[in-house]
Amino acid sequence: MSASFPSDSVGVVTPQIATFESPLALACGKTLERFELVYETYGALNAERSNAVLICHALSGHHHAAGYHTADERKPGWWDAYIGPGKVIDTDRFFVISLNNLGGCHGSTGPASLNPQTGHQWGPTFPVMTVADWVHSQARLADQLGIERFAAVVGGSLGGMQAMQWSIAYPERVANVAVIAATPRLSAQNIAFNEVARQAIRSDSDFHDGWYADHDAIPKLGLKLARMIGHITYLSEHSMGSRFGRDLRSDQLNFGYDVEFQVESYLRHQGDTFSTRFDANTYLLMTKALDYFDPAGQHGGDLAAALAPVTCPYLVVSFTTDWRFAPARSRELVSALLRAGKAVSYINVDSPHGHDAFLLPNDQYEAVFGSYMRRIHADITGEAV
Amino acid sequence: MRADLELIYDWIPDDARILDLGCGDGTLLAALARHKNVTGYGLEIDPEGIAACLGRGVNVLEQNLDDGLGNFVDDACDLVIMTQALQVLRRPDAMLDEMLRVAPECIIAFPNFAYWKHRLHLTFRGRMPVSRSLPHAWYDTPNIHLSTFQDFAQLCRDKGVTIVDEAVGSAEHEGHWTSRLWPNLFGETAIFRVRRGR
Repeated sequence: MSASFPSDSVGVVTPQIATFESPLALACGKTLERFELVYETYGALNAERSNAVLICHALSGHHHAAGYHTADERKPGWWDAYIGPGKVIDTDRFFVISLNNLGGCHGSTGPASLNPQTGHQWGPTFPVMTVADWVHSQARLADQLGIERFAAVVGGSLGGMQAMQWSIAYPERVANVAVIAATPRLSAQNIAFNEVARQAIRSDSDFHDGWYADHDAIPKLGLKLARMIGHITYLSEHSMGSRFGRDLRSDQLNFGYDVEFQVESYLRHQGDTFSTRFDANTYLLMTKALDYFDPAGQHGGDLAAALAPVTCPYLVVSFTTDWRFAPARSRELVSALLRAGKAVSYINVDSPHGHDAFLLPNDQYEAVFGSYMRRIHADITGEAV
Repeated sequence: MRADLELIYDWIPDDARILDLGCGDGTLLAALARHKNVTGYGLEIDPEGIAACLGRGVNVLEQNLDDGLGNFVDDACDLVIMTQALQVLRRPDAMLDEMLRVAPECIIAFPNFAYWKHRLHLTFRGRMPVSRSLPHAWYDTPNIHLSTFQDFAQLCRDKGVTIVDEAVGSAEHEGHWTSRLWPNLFGETAIFRVRRGR
């Protein structure tokens, strides 16, 4: 481990690959005959195998949640602010597992993998995944790692949906769930934003109906637009305003359509970076998984009925300025849990950062979430907090 | 535990499902869960209180009491407790209705404005009482609906709510004959246990 890392970093981590040779039946009716999941672990599994915490990632997330892949990597994993020794998800106490979901583009089986039946890339024919499919595949990973029951399943945004699904599909395998900045189902507005993003990708002339790899092309423009649209929904009006205001890149208006305002420059940069590191088919698939998630759907819209199998206590966290998955969506989940008579705690954390707040340092969030995680650990060890 | 909470603790039966409005750091709920097998939820708006509750394993919801208890169904629990919150509510009377909607019985503790020290303060100094139970100045107090032991008893009569038990708490006069005989005068904190209907 390099001495240059902060003392509360997990340091250099090496991704691992788990291979699954038995078929996985999917919600869409198709079956994956075999698949691979790339994952990372931080901390040590205790002798009782009772201190495992599963981290579920969001739309553009992946397995690299904490630490660094190389000694000179500049940016740590996406949730490094919350995972590490002494941090909220304390790797001195917990054995933390973070994976890249099926259909992803960071090493797990996905659209860019070879379809064993055709010997060709899956491309757009890769099955559309659902949150439930992901959770089943994550359970397989838990089996392989010898984890019968997670101390906690934790996720933000789309990751929070997976945590919810875990508590419904495998109640006996989760002791706690933390559902952060999530929603029990997307609103029409959420789906609308996703559809604009998908259309941006699909209408890119380099998309080739999803077979862009065969044409040595990348639908960069579409991905860029999709990311720009998505990114707007991740920030709050306030955070954009305080960061960019109406600042210009130069000191005058140019009466043209090149980048003039700083916010334009920022969004274009975000879009450009994303378009070279993310796969278009994966993006389409992930947004579909978001749109489809609706556990109440199978229960005539009754979320409390959908949550009936839940046995573990919930922590639900929302953020005051999150308008993508607004606090009201989290309260819907809380109300349904109350109606179902389940144990639940809820806090609406004060933050100016919109949906992205779940990734960022915040004293209130850290105090509450940290308190919850310490109690989980105390339950495992039987000691008083 | 605070004196009023200790008294309330004794009033709560084993295995009760309760709701604690303004649960603070969750001391009462945690003690009830541990020793009386009580389950339930606390409602709190102070983030430090919420963090403390989570550390104790108490289910806590960030919820402003002025927004009502709409997320709880009728008879969601056996008992609702509210200590030191009645006087800060926009409509204490509406909250009493809400509490008796979600449970057949509730326990309410609040500072008794008719406590003799408060009366002396007002009578002789001619100024709004400031005391241990009412520590704020008139201009920055969160207490917008102060009331007396008698006032609350009257509200219960007006609403057709049965008073099952009543008590006063005070560090100096607790259990003292004066507070039992003249609770409105010698009780610093008023505690009522009321039941839905007559």
